[in-house]
Amino acid sequence: MSIKTIPMYRRPEGLSDVRTHYCPGCGHGIIHKLIAEVLVELDIIGKTIIIAPVGCSVLAYKYIEVDGLEAAHGRAPAVATGLKRALPNRIVISYQGDGDLLAIGVGETVHAANRGEKITVFFVNNANYGMTGGQMAPTSLEGQKTTTTPHGRDGTEVGYPIRACELIDTLVAPAYIERTSVHNPGAVKKTKKAILKALSYQKEGIGYSFVEILSMCPTNWGVEPATAAEWIKTDMLKSFPLKKFRDRPMEAAVEKEAS
Amino acid sequence: MLGKVLMKGNEALAEAALIAGCRHYFAYPITPQNEIPVYMARRMAELGGTFIQAESELAAISMVMGASAGGVRTMTSSSSPGMALKQEGISYLAGAELPCVLVNVMRGGPGLGGIAGSQGDYFQATRGGGNGDYRTIVLAPGNAQELADFTVDAFDLADEYRIPVLILVDGYLGQMSEPLTLPKPNGKKFEKSWAVRGSEGKSKNIIASLRLVPDSALEVHNLHLQDKYEKITEEVRHVDEYRCEDAEWLIVAYGAAARVARKAVDSLRTGGTRVGLFRPLSLWPFPDRELNEFAKEVEKVLTVEMSLGQLIEDVKLSVNGEAEVDFYGRAGGAVPTLDDIIGRIYSYEHQDHTHVQAS
Repeated sequence: MSIKTIPMYRRPEGLSDVRTHYCPGCGHGIIHKLIAEVLVELDIIGKTIIIAPVGCSVLAYKYIEVDGLEAAHGRAPAVATGLKRALPNRIVISYQGDGDLLAIGVGETVHAANRGEKITVFFVNNANYGMTGGQMAPTSLEGQKTTTTPHGRDGTEVGYPIRACELIDTLVAPAYIERTSVHNPGAVKKTKKAILKALSYQKEGIGYSFVEILSMCPTNWGVEPATAAEWIKTDMLKSFPLKKFRDRPMEAAVEKEAS
Repeated sequence: MLGKVLMKGNEALAEAALIAGCRHYFAYPITPQNEIPVYMARRMAELGGTFIQAESELAAISMVMGASAGGVRTMTSSSSPGMALKQEGISYLAGAELPCVLVNVMRGGPGLGGIAGSQGDYFQATRGGGNGDYRTIVLAPGNAQELADFTVDAFDLADEYRIPVLILVDGYLGQMSEPLTLPKPNGKKFEKSWAVRGSEGKSKNIIASLRLVPDSALEVHNLHLQDKYEKITEEVRHVDEYRCEDAEWLIVAYGAAARVARKAVDSLRTGGTRVGLFRPLSLWPFPDRELNEFAKEVEKVLTVEMSLGQLIEDVKLSVNGEAEVDFYGRAGGAVPTLDDIIGRIYSYEHQDHTHVQAS
């Protein structure tokens, strides 16, 4: 008698079969997997180009079965702009970290959003510069110890955490803005929904979509993976509340129904 | 003058880019190149192309990178301080072997400097202002006709060698109106199987400049780039020689400075001094062997620049001791006059110099 084994869980089709360079407990792997799943579910994986930033996710193109392009530090939204304007029928993803998106690239971030470029930006916020060794990021929390704020971030000295979604929500053009997290399974599910929505809107040619994802960095936070996930819940969420800031197509549909 | 049009240099260049098939142009305003984005804003709308007034020079060159990666012909333009900012992106484009056309309508520096024409960015253009061992082809037109013709050539060279091509213009050429015959589309097509257009039906393409694994990857890539640069150095050598055959003096100059130098050649020859003009049309690769051959035949070489000792470095490397090399340069928006150049040659002859160290 033979026993047939059916795997309960397998590598998503869109995820490359390579060894990860990410640290144990890092959130990037989860987010890559969600993006890969959604690209397959929406049947757009063959026409997607991912733009990797400078930072831990500089090799993002290695993990997802799509064409990849690597931008200079902070320039991913501008590179995405050029690529999407050249190839308006392709799906262009700008995948960025907090230093990339809110420090060296804040100009590109704001202006690509302001032009309403028909791209999708996935912003992974882990409150520090992971790749370079845990320095202060624009999103580091007040009081957070990093290698460049050894006594904790003092807002009066070095400024306060910048909130990307709230900033972009002041602009007219963006179609969809949401902040999610990957600190527990429920949050991961909601993140997948947000990714699905953002990429659906790009597929439909609707406009600019922005998803901020709070993510763990146990190595540079100096804690165990489980503690890192807990820290998002106890600390990060206070500064970065999970929220759907804008969903223009949904709002339009609701309005239409009401009238 | 049948078939000729009167255009500003900057506009001739912009129209030529459209003739070459460029439909994606990104720029940030800066004098004295503003006619290019203004012209492109109007024409791209007519042609269904893309013009974006970028939020910064860094963004403009990055948009060029994105469009080039998508496989289309793309261009950006700027002037000196703006070009300095673009160096980041140029290094990435060179590292990733992405073709594009760059235009620098030079003004005086350093810093904000002035808005009058200059050739002060020769080093920046020919040595590479960004990080790493890389080269860009640099073309140096000298009138509106060449601004248009070289622009079409620039797109072809960029696609052929997968390299950024820089058109180095000074503010005077950009601003001057001259008659020209607009070039015709040459119909050249380049296969771009390396472009990132989505992996459907093929293996995935990656365009990146980061090379970490294996340890030798970055050196191997650099050696590949050097092989390519060597090939370009063999194949791209552009020079214009004027009355050089029997010359005892050779003037070396490019761009607006060469126009004055050409007049000086005629004037000096009328006065009995045999002078010729060697005008490099490509500044990288520099036509060094060609200049060296002439240097063997002449007694002295005079470098004339709208900068203070930049072109002369390539001239000396090329002449390689075959002749004495003298220098005359003006900076900060000043242009060498006919009398300046003639005076330099006459005073040199009369002073009977034995050694010249000009830079």
